[in-house]
Amino acid sequence: MIRILHDAADTALPTARADGDALWLDRDDIERATGWAWKPEGLCRDDTCMPLPHQAQRAMTDGDRLDIASLWRHAGWPVAHDDAAQIWVLGEGAAQRADALATGDAPDFALPDLDGRMHRLSDFRGRRVFLVAWASW
Amino acid sequence: MWQSLVESTRGSPFTVVAIALDQPEAARPWIETAAPTYPCLIDRDHRVAELYRLVNVPQAVWIDEAGRMVRPPETAGSTDGFRRMDRTTFTMPEEAVAERQRVKQTYFEAVKDWAERGAASPHALDAAGVAERMRVPDAPVAEAHAHFRLAQALERDGKADEARTQFDKATRLHPDSWAMWRQSAGKDTRGLASGPEFWARVDALGDRPYYPPVEIAQKPLPEG
Repeated sequence: MIRILHDAADTALPTARADGDALWLDRDDIERATGWAWKPEGLCRDDTCMPLPHQAQRAMTDGDRLDIASLWRHAGWPVAHDDAAQIWVLGEGAAQRADALATGDAPDFALPDLDGRMHRLSDFRGRRVFLVAWASW
Repeated sequence: MWQSLVESTRGSPFTVVAIALDQPEAARPWIETAAPTYPCLIDRDHRVAELYRLVNVPQAVWIDEAGRMVRPPETAGSTDGFRRMDRTTFTMPEEAVAERQRVKQTYFEAVKDWAERGAASPHALDAAGVAERMRVPDAPVAEAHAHFRLAQALERDGKADEARTQFDKATRLHPDSWAMWRQSAGKDTRGLASGPEFWARVDALGDRPYYPPVEIAQKPLPEG
């Protein structure tokens, strides 16, 4: 069963198909796993659309499926998968991360405490937050 | 570790939010012993490290009431004094111990000042001040995080050898990151990645810092 790790999500996709470095997903799978919508204009999120590269369009599409890994790499975004091509990480691109930091807004996130209760950084709006990273290692 | 900061800032609209770049079960005993009154979140995939380009611990970001960064990720009061430790006796020279205490105290007082005074604190930077100190990720760093995320998943699935391959890819792509390296390195009985490989990697820094120092304005001495 193929699993896609993207941002905070870990999505199992029973109908996804991997073939070497290619990862074929249909429209619904793409949206479920990544939050991106595959539209005629390309891959869209919020008010951004990334068009499919014209020359590679035929190679990247197969009927109702898109080789999302190929598109990801074309965009310069990180892709990693295990030897069995069952676990895929579709990473956020460096430019997106850098642009987000350049706004000066503290990037939001959701993480669990030890009891498994989720907390968002934005839960703490209205207070000054000293966000500090530590570890046992 | 930050509980005393929380106690000394009671009454101010301030909170510590601690992020453990760690496996939950490794973080648990530390959290349970400290019994902090502030939120302690578990980030086993180092996602906050990816978002903020954190590379070590302790590093901290100061975020105001509107969710704006007023200090970018920085060393949170630690020094490179440990590099002067005698590796057989595990003792540090007195002046290194004193310096470490001074730096920690200075940083702590700066956080407290900001906790109490917010934007009126000289330690709170404007947007330009944050931007000029901020380090942003490049493509290899983003790739490293993808491999690290995969490695953690493989490790959880019991695939230690394949996880090791992915950890090695991550640390090669992002050699600045002590967090990635130490998370995946061999640990001693205390859970610390402080063996000979760690020291070799520290020594290889040469003149470069393990903990880049932070410029914090010192309080002027009282008159008279």
